[in-house]
Amino acid sequence: MTTPPENETLEIDPRTEDGANGRPPGTPGTPGTPGIPGSTDRAALRESAVDIEAPAASFTRTLNFTESWDYAPAPERAKVTIAPEYAHFINGEFTAPPSRKEARMRNINPANESVLCEVAIADKSAVNKAVAAARAAFPKWRRLDPRERAKYLYRIARRIQERARELAIVESMDGGKPIKESRDIDIPLVAQHFFYHAGWADKLRYAFPNRDPQPIGVCAQIIPWNFPLLMAAWKIAPAIACGNTVVLKPAETTPLTALRLAEILQECELPDGVVNIITGDGDTGALLSSHPDIDKLAFTGSTSVGKVLAKTAAEKNIPITLELGGKSAHIIFEDASVDQAVEGIIQGIYFNQGHVCCAGSRLFVQESIEREVVEKLRIRLASLRVGDPLDKNTDVGAINSRAQLDTINRYLKIGVDEGATRIEPSRNGLPSKGYWCRPCFLTGVQPSHTVAREEIFGPVLAVMNFRTPEEALLRANNTRYGLAAGIWTDKGSKIFEIAGRLEAGVIWCNTYNRFDAASPFGGYKESGFGREGGLQGLRAYVKFD
Amino acid sequence: MADQRAASFATRSIKESSKVHALKLALSMVDLTTLEGADSPGKVRALCRKGITPDPTAPDLPSVAAICVYPEMVPIARAALAGSTVKVAAVATGFPSGQYPLSVRLDDTKRAIEAGADEIDMVISRGLFLAGERDRVRDEIAQIKEVCISTSNPSGGSAHLKVILETGELETYDAVRRASDLAISAGLTDYDFIKTSTGKVQPAATPGVTLVMLEAIRDHYLRTGIRIGMKPAGGIRTAKQAIAYLVMVKETLGDDWLTPDLFRFGASTLANDLLMQLARMRTGHYHSPDDFAEA
Repeated sequence: MTTPPENETLEIDPRTEDGANGRPPGTPGTPGTPGIPGSTDRAALRESAVDIEAPAASFTRTLNFTESWDYAPAPERAKVTIAPEYAHFINGEFTAPPSRKEARMRNINPANESVLCEVAIADKSAVNKAVAAARAAFPKWRRLDPRERAKYLYRIARRIQERARELAIVESMDGGKPIKESRDIDIPLVAQHFFYHAGWADKLRYAFPNRDPQPIGVCAQIIPWNFPLLMAAWKIAPAIACGNTVVLKPAETTPLTALRLAEILQECELPDGVVNIITGDGDTGALLSSHPDIDKLAFTGSTSVGKVLAKTAAEKNIPITLELGGKSAHIIFEDASVDQAVEGIIQGIYFNQGHVCCAGSRLFVQESIEREVVEKLRIRLASLRVGDPLDKNTDVGAINSRAQLDTINRYLKIGVDEGATRIEPSRNGLPSKGYWCRPCFLTGVQPSHTVAREEIFGPVLAVMNFRTPEEALLRANNTRYGLAAGIWTDKGSKIFEIAGRLEAGVIWCNTYNRFDAASPFGGYKESGFGREGGLQGLRAYVKFD
Repeated sequence: MADQRAASFATRSIKESSKVHALKLALSMVDLTTLEGADSPGKVRALCRKGITPDPTAPDLPSVAAICVYPEMVPIARAALAGSTVKVAAVATGFPSGQYPLSVRLDDTKRAIEAGADEIDMVISRGLFLAGERDRVRDEIAQIKEVCISTSNPSGGSAHLKVILETGELETYDAVRRASDLAISAGLTDYDFIKTSTGKVQPAATPGVTLVMLEAIRDHYLRTGIRIGMKPAGGIRTAKQAIAYLVMVKETLGDDWLTPDLFRFGASTLANDLLMQLARMRTGHYHSPDDFAEA
């Protein structure tokens, strides 16, 4: 970023001037300012512990987002029941919760660090049972009339819609994401994925004309913690639509909605063993992925784990799909609509606390509008509401786990140590417990900085600039990853030119982070291979004899 | 993206004390409006009374911001509002079409102020704007602003100007943004307004159009420090809509704009819905619409 220019305009106080005109602001009839609702809680709030540099000196005017009218707390009040202990869903039944001697893990609510429940860690025998159940269910499930398979998927989708509110609440409690996102984005997309794949179940021959698509067999699926139920849907729906059976392992920190999905599968009377869900940590994942009787491996998560799994799959000679990390470029050209682009940037990086593999974490702004974009970003960030994930007005919730918060903070420190400036405009108080990171962005980032190269997976945006479209392309493609990218310009020809030359699996133009079951999703380079969603996503779950 | 963002404000959950605050604030921002050929002195007097004391059973509620009438009704409104905080706003400049010679429109403005208008709601020449004659549109606005500055109303003040873009005839957000910038750059000063619609053309105010105009106001403020006000008009009938607009103002321009000096609702039926919601917040149950005076 360039040195902040001198302030060019005179600082005047319009209120004083207008007051001299005999018309003081606030009249007529301005009601009195009420006390800030919930202000008694404020004593328990604390400021971020990290020292933040003051905003750059060019920002002489600012907007005031907090004073006169605060929103009262609007917590989601519906009660959900969470059992004290959970175990696996194998062969259509929940297994007994682990005894005290067996391995179990605590499930933490990241917004207040309270223990929600304890969850079993699948050992070798549990993994064996789950794989055996899936194997046993496969012959009958693959031979079932595809129209009947479709009915199960439709039924599951409808039941998800019926239990949407409960699922959204559990998702927010377990993972820390704001209720407005789990309610309006995650859960509706989950239902959509089942509806969409229900439609394909009896039409696979039309998806692959002149071929004879057959199911692969037992699919081992390992999913991450950022969209727990949505990732389960992305994995399970196409697999069972194509006639495969499944052993799914949800992430260590977020198993609860997958287990609710197991309840739904039970309610829908999905044949026993078609979907099995085992909870556990990385060791469970290793046991599952290396199990001798699986026919297909699917993984969404970090690139480092993905590489290990790719080796496993290669040794076993089974197909694998990997959806891994990203450091996606978000390119704003000077002919873009800046206000809309700023919204896109916000949606691109602060959606789900930045725990999004396709997050637009590298921002490239054409130098001629960089100052304006940075200033507007700063203002927009100040209006973001950080806090209780279950409050309907929360925009940015809790970081998923202590470990992830530590990772983010480590990167923030590296960023500042390497010479970037951290700008963190939101100022509302944070709860005294829980894992929190205020949304922020880093200016003065150089392409060689660590924060411009490695995935942070948090609400941290690296702002860089470019001068020409060629330079934008060069910088955007200069990364190990290639999951997604965004382009903002009002010029259609530029969109086609740039999109065609970006090395990324998903490219959004004049929008960002939009998902649809019909649209394939997946990466280039170290972001993985294989696609999920759409016609292309089906390919990963069929074979041609 | 503008529509998506504009729609997001309506998803804010405004409850309890912050809802009461918002309802009162919205009431204080209403420009209670009657713009009919059939308007009579009696109708205007009734409206003025309603504006001063919107709900006689709740005397602590604020008055509305202004009564908005045709120029011919200004003296009647002025007399009826004497001693109150409620302003007289006159639509002028050949409202609603503006298709009159400039000299007529300037004279219209001058007479309305001399008759007692505190605020002038002018219309721009949409025809000229769409024909690309932007400089002429800007020049016309500047001349009307000049009349507002140089003419004194009977209480010795000058009139604030509200520039109606008639966004329903401009059609695209690009055009709305260009017209907003054009109007603001024509010499508007602190507490002058830009306004969406006359109410005579559909669509009138929409969240998307209002957001685009608020962004123009924000950018002008950040550049110059001048605070321009915003008035969506037409189509805002419910308290729920009004609260969504207040959320939009708060999250786009900040709390400093949450004052009747910088934000207004041009509306005729909104006030009673606000009163009904306020009564419900006070008493815990809904009252009959007949409990609130029509005008």
